[in-house]
Amino acid sequence: MAQGSTIGQVAPTVAPRSTAALPALLKDAALFALVTLGLAIPVVAYRTDLGQGTGLVLTGRWGLVASLCLAIFVLRLAQRLVLAEVSRRRDARILAGVAAPPVAVRPARILGPLTLAIALTLPFLAAFGSGGLSEGRYWIDLGILILTYVMLGWGLNIVVGLAGLLDLGYVAFYAVGAYSYALLSTVFGLSFWICLPLSGLFAAAFGILLGFPVLRLRGDYLAIVTLAFGEIIRLVLINWTDFSGGSAGVSSIPRVNFFGVPFAAGEGGFAALFGLSFNPMHRVVFLYYLILVLALITNLVTLRMRRLPLGRAWEALREDEIACRSLGIDTTITKLTAFALGAMFAGFAGSFFAVRQGFVSPESFNFLESAIILAIVVLGGMGSQIGVAIAAIAMVGAPELLRNLGFLRAVFGEGFDPNEYRLLLFGLAMVGMMVWRPRGLISERTPSVRLAGRKS
Amino acid sequence: MEFFAQQFINGLTLGSIYGLIALGYTMVFGIIGMVNFAHGDVFMLSSFIALICFLILTTWLGLTSVALVFLIVLILAMVLTALWGWAIERVAYRPLRGSFRLAPLISAIGVSIFLSNFVQVVQGARNKPVPPLVREVFVLFQNEQYTVTLSYKQAIIMTTTAALLAGFWYLVQRTSFGRAQRACEQDRRMAALLGINVDRTISLTFVLGAALAAVAGTLYLLYYGVVSFSDGFVPGVKAFTAAVLGGIGSLPGAVLGGLIIGLIETFWSAYFSIEYKDVAAFLILIVVLIFKPSGILGRPEVEKV
Repeated sequence: MAQGSTIGQVAPTVAPRSTAALPALLKDAALFALVTLGLAIPVVAYRTDLGQGTGLVLTGRWGLVASLCLAIFVLRLAQRLVLAEVSRRRDARILAGVAAPPVAVRPARILGPLTLAIALTLPFLAAFGSGGLSEGRYWIDLGILILTYVMLGWGLNIVVGLAGLLDLGYVAFYAVGAYSYALLSTVFGLSFWICLPLSGLFAAAFGILLGFPVLRLRGDYLAIVTLAFGEIIRLVLINWTDFSGGSAGVSSIPRVNFFGVPFAAGEGGFAALFGLSFNPMHRVVFLYYLILVLALITNLVTLRMRRLPLGRAWEALREDEIACRSLGIDTTITKLTAFALGAMFAGFAGSFFAVRQGFVSPESFNFLESAIILAIVVLGGMGSQIGVAIAAIAMVGAPELLRNLGFLRAVFGEGFDPNEYRLLLFGLAMVGMMVWRPRGLISERTPSVRLAGRKS
Repeated sequence: MEFFAQQFINGLTLGSIYGLIALGYTMVFGIIGMVNFAHGDVFMLSSFIALICFLILTTWLGLTSVALVFLIVLILAMVLTALWGWAIERVAYRPLRGSFRLAPLISAIGVSIFLSNFVQVVQGARNKPVPPLVREVFVLFQNEQYTVTLSYKQAIIMTTTAALLAGFWYLVQRTSFGRAQRACEQDRRMAALLGINVDRTISLTFVLGAALAAVAGTLYLLYYGVVSFSDGFVPGVKAFTAAVLGGIGSLPGAVLGGLIIGLIETFWSAYFSIEYKDVAAFLILIVVLIFKPSGILGRPEVEKV
């Protein structure tokens, strides 16, 4: 890992770095394996289980520890060999006088329209691919799930990616949106189409409510306060039973309708109105397009905002708050609008979540959810729209797909559930991302000028 | 009055544990200015390490002396958790020095998620109970309605905390490592110019923080007798609150903050409502950060360009 710090800043040294000798590499990898062994004792080596009697029973798992150490050994060796080769080539290029041109690939050019085209036609693709609308339900549901996270990611991107305000309680606004619709519709009988904008407004109001007190706080403190705020909202929802139904949540929330026309069989239903034969899948497909439209609105607003003075002020704020203030940018307004706008989209997404599930409970809005959305934004490259979308697909869709891969079960034994490892990999990915690609996997927004010196 | 005294003792016990965790936050913040978000999960991990060491010692090796078992478990947990602290700093934080402002915090959140899920995967999601190690209590005083007691467990927790704090205080104030650490806190570049190995000092800070978290984890296990993979988050946030309340960067402040948070939480549960005790802790955090971010014993932070 000492290597990690030197790789990041391979200065254009003139002399090519000699490839490290193999024994040294082996020693280094062995050291890694040894540390892994130390870390694995005793949490991996012994598993505790509740036994027949009262106490816990230990089960030794030294085979697992051995394979873990071996895996780390091999990975580290491979990493060092590959890195040595990469830096040798780079040095050779520099020596030859060919400065490696930073090729500005713009994957967004192709990826964006492609992703959009797939998103637009997904229900049809699913229906044709699986031979019928009902058979394709799995794919459409997965699409809805992914799009919800894409929308949340884009919403949080305004706050974190553009304005640079690390918000660890984003899910609170999602909760406000979900409970707004759930309570307004069950208590006052309001329709979804009235509640949707109301949810957004409520969430935005909460965004401002949170924004005001935290205006003066910088980076880390801001993150912790937003985290505390998110937890308070969740704890209040759990404990204030008269208002929110407590941990039981709110159930039997009215289903979505087609702008007033219910998705029901018979007279006056959606199917009858359009002369189709009734199919319960119509509602699902409609939900899919609803979240797609909501997500695209989020995207469109963000893209437009970036061109407005306000959007540029956000990005300036992200880069340097003090410089921002000295240039006369009103940081109060800038921060509050970022919070409010980000929260509003979370509110929309929340009310969509409520109408889709028909049930909300505080359990859906814990810190982990915030962390997942944050991970999506971070992996997407903090500021890149298409990056966020792809990160959402990778993080939400991939584990879903992994679950159905039979060969994994054959390798790791029966009862292997990739979902168990999903969050573990999330965590690792967040760390790895910060270490290797802090600007995101698909970064289209690298700063044009960069100072070489490191900040202390 | 008796009830109050009893709650006071309970609060001090809880506060000692928070104070030990808070020291890890405050030291790391003091030296590299980052909130080590994963510290709460390191604490939880140390609790598991202590649990497994305890089981090995009692069920396999058949040790019966409570004091000996406690001492060995404590030392093993400290050493093994310190190794984790060291590894985390090397892998997740050191490569990020000089990266952008939020990078270390995001990386720390990643570590936090990784640790809690790692423990869930390797140890399972269920609560892990241990048989109570010591049951005896001192009866401090009693009248016909109420008995105020100090259990041996609470006495052990308070004395262990006090002893470790004294040792730790000596380490930071009187040894060359302590001087190096304080120098790095004030100005890392200057310290480096004066021949202090800054990287090593930071590593050692993480190691010490993790070892103190391990003490807290062992005591937590001793006190509550149960641990689960999700137990890191809330104590972590509360300990962070304690560090902020005491003045982040200040070591006595962290302990003081821990005791105050422990007392407030205990009294809140005793006199108001147990449901909202976490809300109380979070509210204190928000209020302190907004109105007095420098805390009780901290120095006001100077904004540098």
